[in-house]
Amino acid sequence: MNVAVLVKLVPDLVEELTVDASGVALDTAWLRLIINEFDDHAIEQGVLLKERSGCQLTIVAPDVEGVDDLLFTASAKGADKLIKIKGDFNGVNNHALARAAAAVIKELHPDLVITGVQANNDLDGSVGPLLAECLGMPYVGYVSGITLSEGKSRARKEYPGGLIAEMDVILPAVLGIQAAEQPPRYVAVSKVRQVMKTASIEEQSAPALEPSGGPTIGRMFQPEAAAHATMITGSADEVATKLVGIFKELGVL
Amino acid sequence: MSQDIYIVVEHLRGQVADISYVMLAAARELSKGTGGNVVAVLLGHEAQSLAGNLAADKVLYIDHPALADFSSDAYQKVLSVLISKEQPRVTLFGSTSIGTDIASVLSIRLGFPLVSSCRSFSTDGKFVSQICGGKIMAEGELPSPTALVTMVPGGYKPEQGQSAQAPAVTQVESPVLDALRVSLAKYIEPEPGDIDIAKEPILIAVGRGIQNQDNLELANSLAEALGGVVCGSRPVIDQGWLATSRLVGKSGKHVKPKIYLAMGISGAPEHTEAITDSDTIIAINTDPKAPIFNIAKYGTESDIFDLVEVLTNKVKEAKGG
Ligand SMILES: Cc1cc2nc3c(=O)[nH]c(=O)nc-3n(C[C@H](O)[C@H](O)[C@H](O)COP(=O)(O)OP(=O)(O)OC[C@H]3O[C@@H](n4cnc5c(N)ncnc54)[C@H](O)[C@@H]3O)c2cc1C
Ligand SMILES: Nc1ncnc2c1ncn2[C@@H]1O[C@H](COP(=O)(O)O)[C@@H](O)[C@H]1O
Repeated sequence: MNVAVLVKLVPDLVEELTVDASGVALDTAWLRLIINEFDDHAIEQGVLLKERSGCQLTIVAPDVEGVDDLLFTASAKGADKLIKIKGDFNGVNNHALARAAAAVIKELHPDLVITGVQANNDLDGSVGPLLAECLGMPYVGYVSGITLSEGKSRARKEYPGGLIAEMDVILPAVLGIQAAEQPPRYVAVSKVRQVMKTASIEEQSAPALEPSGGPTIGRMFQPEAAAHATMITGSADEVATKLVGIFKELGVL
Repeated sequence: MSQDIYIVVEHLRGQVADISYVMLAAARELSKGTGGNVVAVLLGHEAQSLAGNLAADKVLYIDHPALADFSSDAYQKVLSVLISKEQPRVTLFGSTSIGTDIASVLSIRLGFPLVSSCRSFSTDGKFVSQICGGKIMAEGELPSPTALVTMVPGGYKPEQGQSAQAPAVTQVESPVLDALRVSLAKYIEPEPGDIDIAKEPILIAVGRGIQNQDNLELANSLAEALGGVVCGSRPVIDQGWLATSRLVGKSGKHVKPKIYLAMGISGAPEHTEAITDSDTIIAINTDPKAPIFNIAKYGTESDIFDLVEVLTNKVKEAKGG
């Protein structure tokens, strides 16, 4: 079986986010890109499937800053093959990414493609279902567990309140991962360094990026809160005293 | 082509989801600008009664046994036929487990542009979407002539989309639904929790800022001192540090305590949509820009590891004294 994982990089929300001079995009000078958290879960799910059923696991990612580290880390976790899609992907929308990735992934003849259910900068839908339709495959998202059998997969799909629907999905298919069956594993930097010496990243070019299908942004801004919290300042001791006062006011003390 | 605003009704096991009413309220706003009707599209099997309180001008009801439970493949087939025929000005989907399985697929299949994570509209057809965990908003004109949109809650109240008067229902024939590639095998019920956090008056909520399982002791001690219960955000539950029954948010429970004390939680929309009915939200977060402060009544930039133990001791003192 061939399993492919499509991964993208997104702004690290821990860093300060600012809007650039154009007013319609994030300022990339200050932006640090990290792997989309849910794609990290998708990689973990892929590695778990490989460990269970011995599939061939390929990680596919667009060529943006930081992608090599991401791919080598996935290799250290157990991925067999690493592919970087060449092109100028900075600021590119999901419609364009999905079309480019579909061209590359099709050639892998995957039985299953997995990707994070969403990413923090999605504005034109999430990449998984867009990719599925480009590949002509069915899609199920909000998945937190996968079992593979001949020609079929069973996906644990999450609904609100902890309800799970087990869905039968005919392969080949694309599944959008909400959470892997276990938290993404940690690999030591030393192990990643070691992998860098032996593993190789295959570079593939995609057809010209085609972004039609997304919205045009007129303005990007930080939300002006209707009502911001009353901030309590001071030393830990002072803040704690004030909080105790609030608890008393609220009648819980 | 029409000026109508369609919403795809979301329902699960005989219950209409709140997001459906939020979308109806949003659709009403948009229809004021376009002059078209608000049309609710309901897919199901023997589910027509669900249309009863939808605040729509018209309901299109499609009945088929294969629609008894949600199947992305079946929904896509039905909706691609309907939407390509009627070409509504805008079609709204929930940014949910159901809506996101279909909206993006239809965007590619029909060639209609898609806007995701939309929170509100203006009557003149502008959308506002929230991205980056609620830290950034993006505004723009809805693509024309036909747009698909996924909606998050927060911009409209569900009550705005409910009506005491039942709307007119028109049954629409379903296309053939065989050889479906996605079908429900079975539901797995949530494990009965030790405690129902939806009913607790004092919740101490921990997020990724707590760093590891051992540190949860800080929250446990505070909860014990205050007579509250500990719950958490998704990363904490995914790590296995707390039981799934303690998950607050879109995929967990909606809570409405007297006090919701959030420590090390950034306030991502998937978390906050489930806590806005709390009486008083108090947030402890070292990042002054954390979106949690936009919905909290009180906040502090104190570090969990400086503050919480001191706070617990003071609560104990206050109780003892
Ligand atoms: C489909 C879907 C469904 C989801 N459902 C849910 C859901 O039901 N519930 C849910 O919670 N999430 C859900 N999420 C995830 C959600 O998007 C966020 O990723 C998550 O809520 C973030 O959790 P967090 O705030 O704990 O972590 P982070 O966003 O990482 O925030 C950690 C915060 O801790 C602060 N911090 C760090 N150290 C300290 C310190 N020492 N003292 C004080 N503060 C500190 C940081 O400033 C930061 O703001 C869902 C996501 C998706 C895609
Ligand atoms: N103390 C913290 N403060 C802010 N963000 C954190 C903190 N701990 C973890 N995170 C976030 O969680 C991500 C993964 O962290 P880790 O728990 O180390 O796997 C980081 O990239 C941060 O975004």
